[in-house]
Amino acid sequence: MQNSSEPKKYKNSFLNWIEYRLPIVSYIEKEYGDYPMPKNCNYFWSFGALASIILVILIVSGIFLAMNYTPHTDMAFNSVERIMRDVSYGWLLRYLHSNGAAFFFIVVYIHMLRSMYYGSYKYPRELNWILGVFIFLLMMATSFLGYVLPWGQMSYWGATVITNLFSAIPLIGEGLKTWILGDYTVGNATLNRFFALHYVLPFVILGVVGLHVAAVHVHGSNNPAGIDIKSKDDTVKFFPYMLVKDTFMVCVFGVVISAIIFFGPNLMAEVDNYIPADPLVTPSHIVANWYLAPFYAILRAIPDKLGGVILMFGAIAILFILPWLDSSKTRSCNYRPIYKWFMMLFFVNFFVLGYVGMMPAEGIYLLIARIGLVYYFAFFLIITPLIGKYEKPGHLPASIRDVYIDGKNY
Amino acid sequence: MTISYFILFLSVIGIFLFCYFIATRVWIKVDEEKKDSNNQPKNRRDFLYISSMSIGGLGVASFMWPFVKSMSPAEDTLALGSTEVDLSEIGIGQSITVKWRGKPVFIKRRTEEEIFAAQNVDLSSLRDPISDEDRVQNPEWLVLEGVCTHLGCVPLGQKMSDTKGEFEGWFCPCHGSHYDTSGRIRKGPAPENLAVPPYRFLSDTIIKIG
Repeated sequence: MQNSSEPKKYKNSFLNWIEYRLPIVSYIEKEYGDYPMPKNCNYFWSFGALASIILVILIVSGIFLAMNYTPHTDMAFNSVERIMRDVSYGWLLRYLHSNGAAFFFIVVYIHMLRSMYYGSYKYPRELNWILGVFIFLLMMATSFLGYVLPWGQMSYWGATVITNLFSAIPLIGEGLKTWILGDYTVGNATLNRFFALHYVLPFVILGVVGLHVAAVHVHGSNNPAGIDIKSKDDTVKFFPYMLVKDTFMVCVFGVVISAIIFFGPNLMAEVDNYIPADPLVTPSHIVANWYLAPFYAILRAIPDKLGGVILMFGAIAILFILPWLDSSKTRSCNYRPIYKWFMMLFFVNFFVLGYVGMMPAEGIYLLIARIGLVYYFAFFLIITPLIGKYEKPGHLPASIRDVYIDGKNY
Repeated sequence: MTISYFILFLSVIGIFLFCYFIATRVWIKVDEEKKDSNNQPKNRRDFLYISSMSIGGLGVASFMWPFVKSMSPAEDTLALGSTEVDLSEIGIGQSITVKWRGKPVFIKRRTEEEIFAAQNVDLSSLRDPISDEDRVQNPEWLVLEGVCTHLGCVPLGQKMSDTKGEFEGWFCPCHGSHYDTSGRIRKGPAPENLAVPPYRFLSDTIIKIG
């Protein structure tokens, strides 16, 4: 059967047959077998792999949840309760999906903070960073749409508040809002389309993740020293070294998420969402999901409707241009003695914003939110460009191999 | 709805510009290649490239229209609902909430003090200045859409036990907007007063909203 002119690269003749017609075997071998990883990469480099595994878990659990969910205002809440009580293992699927979404954000936030701290967004990986921010945007949209589906009080009023953000746009805002909702208020048309979009967007995310991974494999992964790979001595192969490391990380993650799913499945949920949606009663305190809370805090810190909306979207949009705001050539904050501390403060500030975003918008919380907001934007627009110009970076090792010779293992 | 037309307009312009720039690039490239090879004059076929791409772009854009338009409120949603409300049971100082087009509507029978407070406000101190007389048909009855103009929550103040805010009207718990006894915004992030829905008195005790 096999033509004698076909190359015999592998021992297995089936693989050879495939390879000749679709070179996927050598692709996988190149990108996930021999792919050179800098050998000083620490565990922060496992969060990308972790995030993609969570994405797959979310998609699978979501498909099975959709088999029992009814996107209709009269039935949505009860169909979710039915999943929890009557469907076999429905509770597990739902808790896996809802807590998985929360952990997706935790893991992606750590992944992003790692990129920022070690300067992974800089030349030549700018496009990779942009694709990543795009994934983050899609994630926020998808999680918002998903939060509406159980049709509890928080779902309904969260949807109302978020879609009303669009009505802040002058002239077309009100019409745009009606177009998005398909009704004058959040209603059945809205629930239906949100379900349709919540189903399809994860696959869009999957596609962009594919591009994101392909892009990082072009120039290779960054590393804690932030210097380029110079020779083979600087790297180890992905298989088995990094695969083992990532697998260990997945095991640790599995322990953590299992602990949450089985012992505190509602830790990250709002009790008000177990009350069916009521268009006539607003809960006394609408809480954003914690993973969107920093941006919600920014929205509420501004006493002007349009201004708040612009700053909130601006806080995300500014991430896109971070590679061009940072004027320093040194990637890793390990070798940037001053910027390092501003970066740490930025992380702390982000947490603080998240905390006040979940508290009532009054008194001391409002004040903290405003200070946090100023630092958030000052960090990107003033601190990052200026420090890059005036800071004297530390002495970079000549190669990744020398990191170990210096005796400083980072 | 106007918004769908707006989106159609934008996409047509966007696609047209896209085609135009692509076509121009192709044109320039074709030009360069010609110069490189044999210095021939510009080919008139380039015009055909540009025009066919533009027409193709317009075709794609117009095919988007049904999809965009399908997301607007459907005809049954558009058919304006109206609600008739019997006011005879409402005592002075009480208020009720009725549902109209999916939104809550507040109907309040105001007390003398509340009417007095609403009418005697320095208009220049208001964010969205309008006198109380222009917001009611009968000063005793205040009819409002119970939707905060900030981000669409339902303000508190309908129940006796609710917080009514600093101006004794309504208070939005979501982001802290205070409304007065005429439903006008006085403090907080909301940009406008609570909207007054279209309504008329069918008799002394029955109103028709919508």
